[in-house]
This record gives sequence, C-alpha cells and structure tokens, in this order.
Amino acid sequence: MAIDIGKLDTFPKLLMHHARERASRPAIREKDLGIWQTRTWHEFAEEVRALACGLGGIGVTRGEHFALVSDNRPRLYAMMYAVQCLGGIPVPLYQDAVATEMAFPIQNAEIRFAFAEDQEQVDKLLEIMPQCPTLKHVVYDDPRGLRHYRQPALASYEDLLAKGRESLRRDPAFLETEIAKGRGSDTAAMLFTSGTTATPKGVALTHHALIDRAKVAAEMEDLGDRDVVLAYLPPAWVGQFIFSLAQPLVTGYCICCPESPETVMTDMREIGPTYYFAPPRVLEALLTQVSIRMEDASRLKRWLYRRFMAVAERAGGAILDGRPVSTLDRLLYFLGDIFIYGPLRNVLGMSRVRVAYTAGEAIGPDLFKFYRSIGINLKQLYGSTETSVFVCIQPDGQVKADTAGPPVPGVELKFTPERELLIRSPGLFKEYYKNPQATSEAKDAEGWFHTGDAGYFDPDGHLKIIDRVKDVGRLADGTLFAPKYLENKLKFFPYIKEAVCFGDGRDRVCAFINMDPDAVGNWAEKRNMPYSGYTDLASRDEVYDLVRDCIERVNRDLATEPEIANSQIHRFLILHKELDADDGELTRTRKVRRRFIGERFDALVAALYAGKDAVHVTAQVKYEDGRTGTFSADLKIRDARTFPPAAARKAA
Amino acid sequence: MSEVVLSVEGVSLSFGGVKALQDVSFDVRSKEVRAIIGPNGAGKSSMLNVLNGVYHPQKGRIRFKDRTFADMDSHEAAALGIARTFQNIALFKGMSVLDNIMTGRNLKMRCNILQQALWLGPAKREELEHRRAVEEIIDFLEIQHIRRTPVGRLPYGLQKRVELGRALAAEPELLLLDEPMAGMNLEEKQDMCRFVLDVNDHFGTTLVLIEHDMGVVMDISDRVVVLDYGRKIADGVPDEIKSDQRVIDAYLGVAH
Repeated sequence: MAIDIGKLDTFPKLLMHHARERASRPAIREKDLGIWQTRTWHEFAEEVRALACGLGGIGVTRGEHFALVSDNRPRLYAMMYAVQCLGGIPVPLYQDAVATEMAFPIQNAEIRFAFAEDQEQVDKLLEIMPQCPTLKHVVYDDPRGLRHYRQPALASYEDLLAKGRESLRRDPAFLETEIAKGRGSDTAAMLFTSGTTATPKGVALTHHALIDRAKVAAEMEDLGDRDVVLAYLPPAWVGQFIFSLAQPLVTGYCICCPESPETVMTDMREIGPTYYFAPPRVLEALLTQVSIRMEDASRLKRWLYRRFMAVAERAGGAILDGRPVSTLDRLLYFLGDIFIYGPLRNVLGMSRVRVAYTAGEAIGPDLFKFYRSIGINLKQLYGSTETSVFVCIQPDGQVKADTAGPPVPGVELKFTPERELLIRSPGLFKEYYKNPQATSEAKDAEGWFHTGDAGYFDPDGHLKIIDRVKDVGRLADGTLFAPKYLENKLKFFPYIKEAVCFGDGRDRVCAFINMDPDAVGNWAEKRNMPYSGYTDLASRDEVYDLVRDCIERVNRDLATEPEIANSQIHRFLILHKELDADDGELTRTRKVRRRFIGERFDALVAALYAGKDAVHVTAQVKYEDGRTGTFSADLKIRDARTFPPAAARKAA
Repeated sequence: MSEVVLSVEGVSLSFGGVKALQDVSFDVRSKEVRAIIGPNGAGKSSMLNVLNGVYHPQKGRIRFKDRTFADMDSHEAAALGIARTFQNIALFKGMSVLDNIMTGRNLKMRCNILQQALWLGPAKREELEHRRAVEEIIDFLEIQHIRRTPVGRLPYGLQKRVELGRALAAEPELLLLDEPMAGMNLEEKQDMCRFVLDVNDHFGTTLVLIEHDMGVVMDISDRVVVLDYGRKIADGVPDEIKSDQRVIDAYLGVAH
C-alpha cells in the first residue's frame, strides 16, 4: 500500500519518513564483488544526509541544476536525493551519450556541478569543459584510473561524504531547515527529451507531479514495501526515474542495482523482482533466447514445450484474466505450470513478478500474449516524460494486446478534430526549461498537453495510439488513415520486414511490402523452392500468397475497429529491393521515409491505384562500392480481400 | 627516478648451436612499464622465460630485489613475486573463470588438504579471504558476467583477460606479459591497454611485456629494450627507440 502523503510533499521529506518508519527494511541493494550488499532505509538516509551537507559545503544552492552521469548505483541515487535535500534539481544524463551530446544540457541549464560514475564519464566531462564555462565541479565515484588526474574541478565521492559527515556533526540543524524549505511545487528533476529531430528540451517535473502519479499507479497495483525492483534501464529515462526514485519513496519498496549491464539476466534471477518494466525490444530479445535454447533441447523437452505452449496459448491469458476456462484446460495448464511455465519463468527471472509493464513502442500481439500465457502479468501503459509517465494503464483483467488501457485516476483525455490526444493531469510537467515558446506550444492556456500522438478510444474506453499526428491523413471518404499503425501491424508478421502504406486523400489504401529475406528464404527452403536471389524470391506467386495471407489477417483485424475499418489494404506489391538507409529510403534508426519512397517509386504507386496487375520498373541501383547500375523487372500487383466492418464483428 | 628492482647482467642462452641470447643486459625500475621488442626469433620469449626460471642461462646473472641468481627456478620466481601470462593462453579450459583465477592464489594458501577437505574453521576463513581477492580482480577486469563460464567457451580476447586475472591473483611485484595483445582486434587491444595501465597504476605492479604492435608499445611503455638475433641493439624511452637507426634496420632490413 502506498503511504499517506500528508505533509510529505517532497522526495527528501519522504526519504526521512522511511528512515524513521522502516529503518531496518532494505532500501537499495547492489551486487558488489559477487555479493548483494544491502543498505537499509536508515543507512541510506544517513548517507544522503551527510552527502547533502558535503554538497552544501561546496556551494550547491536552491534551484541549482546538478548533472549526473552514471549507471544505476546506490551512490547515484544517494546523490540525487542529496541534491534534492538542498532544493537543487538533479539532471540525469544518458551514460552512453558521447561528450558532445552532454554539452547541450550543461550549457542550457548553466550547470556548475556534475557527478560522474567513473573515469570514462569524467573524461567526457573534462573534454567538454572548455565549451561549458559554467561547469566547475565534478564529483566522481570510482577512483580507478583517476589517481594522476590533477584537475582542480575533481573531487571524490568519498571525500565529499567524509567532509559532509563532519559538517553534519557540527551543524545538524542546517539540513533539517533545508529539507523543510522544500515545497511540492519545486522542480524535483529535469529530464532531457531525446530530441532526435530537434535540439533536446529539458522537461522540468515538480515533486508534486511525480509523487502524485507515482502514488496513483502504486495504489492501482497495490505496491508496498515488500516489493522489489531491478533498476537496469538508463536513469536518465523517465521510466527508470519513476520506478527507482519516485515509486520507492511513495511505497518504501527496495530497488536493486545489477553488477554490470552484462549481468542483468543473472542478477534478475537472483533478485526475483516483483515489479518489472521492459520495453518491447528487451522482451523480444528474451523470447528469442528462449526459442534458441529450446531448439537445442532434447526431443522430449521440445515436445513438452510445444504441447504445453499450445495449452498456454489457449488458456493462459484467460486464466490470468480470471475468465472462464474449461476444467480440462485448467488441469492441463496446472501440469504445464509444473513442467514448463514455472521453470521458464524462473529462467527469465520472473518467478515473483506480480506486475510487469511494457511501453515505448508498439508490441507485437504474439510477443505480448506469450508472456501473459505463461502467467506473467504483463500490461501496457501510456505516458511520456512530460506526463510523469502514468497516463493510461491496463488494469488487471482488462488487458489487451493492442491498447494502452483506460486513463488512470486524475487524468483527463480528449482528442482534437485532427485526432491529436490532449492530456490534463496532475502529473504534467512544469515547463520546458528556458524554452517558453515550446512550453506554450505543448501546453495550452487551459492546461491541456498536446502530445503529438494520434489515437482514439476503442469500444471499451481503452486508449489506442495509432501514429504521430503529423503523419495521420484521411482517405477520400474521411476515414482516418494512420500509416504507421497499419505498417506496424504488418511488420509483426515475421515474413514482412518493412511496409509502406499509401492512402492520404485517396479512395483506398495500397501498400508496398518488403519481405524479410531470412524468414521468407527459410520458409522457401523448407518447401524445397529454389530461387536465385532476393528479387527472384520476391516475385514468386507463392510468396505473394504468403504476404496476401498476412495482409488479409490485418484487414480482418481492422474490420473490427469502426474508426479505421475503411483503411483496410486493398492492393499491394512486393518491392524488388530492400529498403535501405543508404538509398535514403529509411532513416538511420530504420524508420520508413514514406514521402520520399512515394516520390521515388511514383510509377509504382500510380500503377497500384490504376488497377493494373503488373508494372514495369527500371531503377538505378547503387552498389556498395559506389558504382551504379540499372535494373529492370516486372512487378506483380495483387488484390487482397477486405472485410465489411459489420460482418467481421459477427465473425469475431 | 625509482630504484632498480630487476637487473639482467650479461645473460647468454643457447640451445645446442642456436644462440638465443648473447650477453644481454638491461634493468627494470620499480613501477615502470618495460617493453621488450624485436623481430621474430629475436629472443624475446626466451628472455621472459629466463626471467621466470623456465630456461636456465649458461652465462650471466639476474638480480631481483637485492638477491643475485645465476639462474631462477620457476617456483622460486613465483614465491618471490614474479607472475606471468603466456603467448598462447595456458588456462584450465574446463574450469570456470572464477576457479581459474583462484588457482593464481595457490601460493598464498596456507591450509593443508585435510583442513580444506573437512572445511575446518581456518580453511573457511582462508577461502573467504581468497574469494574476496579474486572478486576484486574480477571487478577490476570487468568480467563479472563470465564469472561462472568455463574458460573454454570464451572468446580469445576474454581468455587473455582471464589469464591476466590469474597472474594478478598472485599479487605479483613483477608481472611478465608475453604478447598480451596478440590476435586481438582494435577494440580488444584498447581494452587490454587500459587494463595493463590500470594494473600498473592501481596495484603499483612493475610490468615487463613483449608486444608486436608498435603503436601499443610506444603508447604504454616507459622504456623499451630492442633485441635482434639474441643481442640487445637498443635501450631507451620510446622516442629514442623510434628514431634509432639500428632498430629501423632490424625491422626493415638493410641493403647489403
């Protein structure tokens, strides 16, 4: 149960509260020298208090920004709390950022103080010091390799702590006053948005916003001081910040820091977290590992795995949701839990997981259902840095693969006519630091935050995000056309690597498909289908049938969603080449550049809409050595079956 | 300038008619990184083998920490605080990283086999103490993730790191590294360089290393000895060595 906040309106006040209330309970653990070392709330708060006095001694003042570059370590968190004790504002930075990327936040917030985990981070900070004249003090944790550094800016954590202990003993009242001065409306932290497209923006979040959201979510999931979390994602990311700084303070649960990024899997098994977060790519990597290891297992084990996973697929999700399941399936699932699911959860380190979240990007329904079917309560949520994460969460029993769930208490949502999602919530950010223009663009006078995400509510009132608002168009009949949503649905099939959908301003949707050469090649081999290369394989009728089948399944899905039922894919072709970042067709982060592709292959788009069943293509190709050549082929165009909205609903 | 811990005085070594080393003299100062370089067959590995007592020279003396030896015995060398790594990794392939590094503590174990087998008080305390030392090395070399992995399953670069770990476990005063970076890619070499320098800095270990990569040698060593056909042809700081005509000739060959 989350604690009653009352007068405890800042993180330092909450920390001192836990130090009194649950002094000997574990607050933070770290695996060091192969052993899990525990700090209790009392010990941890004592360290923070001394550290805060040390920081006061070197001149950290109220409202001061303090940069931190470190992996998840107890000392990182102690440092953040210590900064907050003095009314300062921690600014965690991504520890894998290159030096030049760190310069902007430090210049922007005129940062004077920084904390660095080790020599690597110290080197980066020293490198950018000439561009950042304000940066005067760097506190480092691990002294290894730093013995010969003579820069006056450097100070060790140990020294700071020792000096802080000294001054705490001399003047214990100083810190009490400083902590008492804190207000809930003060900025508690500033997190920089990644800013792939523009310069990063510093999102200022108040104690009140963070505490409110953390508490609401904790109450919803019934988190308490017996829960355990593994802190393994970058602390500069808002999710990790919430799970390992805000929520432990409203519930008193314990966070655990892995030994090193490479040992996360083993550490997780040892700790057995009860509350877990993972972005879809992590979940996918775990599943891949499981599949690979399963293929090497003995025949009996493989057979058991196949049989019981079929049972899990049928009954697992329903059992987790508390829906009715036949007695036979229940019995089989019980056996499966003994032989397969239980051991599997144990290998994944998820034996004790009560609540697991995923968010950040669209998750494939099969991937999502896999975890739920083996009894892991994986749920989706929606949120961003600007909203202190929690906007929507799927409550237990209302979990779906393709929504983000209903809004959590306190949040108001509405949509603009362009389908942009607007949010009003106590968790909203205070401002973009030193960027009033961006602030007023994102947050209007009535306090609505413009997310830039387009979506709608499904019939059960769950939020469904489909695309960025700037990419969403409309078909000629006014139906919403969200290309990324369709493309993602297509890409969840292993045979489809990329997809590009067209339809804005047109009467129907057509698509380019890029098949996945590995998956389709493998499929062809199993059928003894000879082929000479990518282009040859892509033009096979069998492959067209395979892809059409995928598209029709997507169409059937779309038919059940009234808002976008008309954006089913009518016609498609399989491209003769792989879309490539070198040709400008993808961004470096592998997102399709739809407009560019549409212009480059305008003849193909025209043929799709002209109703032809083949199109001749000549294209310039750039080889890897820089030479260019021409290529020509006939591409087939095929129709895909579409489904009337009402009929599909009946069938489903 | 720090004191000399090891000096080699007029060492000659031959195998039948092959003169591997002829009248080689040089010294190693405390806490320095000393490199031995030279073309193939110059006698570098032989020199290292003489230093830790694998080969016994026919002539010359070795002084280590104020004691003079006509030749060394490898047990004696280890007991005196000389540890080494090998050109072609010599680890126990079937044992875990942890156990391999633990073997490096062998000379420091005081309990007898009976005490250890019965897990008596002193044996337990000793084990804990050694385990801690080994864990510190694992932490130092950043190999926590492979602690329990059998060495045979590791890639080459990591095996080299484990071997360095085992040598460090003996807490040597003088560490001999035989081509620590051979066969590594650039990134692994950079990592290894950092570890070598960190070992030198953190533990204050004196290092003698053989290395082929000139970039690495010139970057990390304080002084360099150059051997060619078993003779010393140059000795000095990297900058002197780089411009030494005899060294250039030895590496590039001379017109006859």
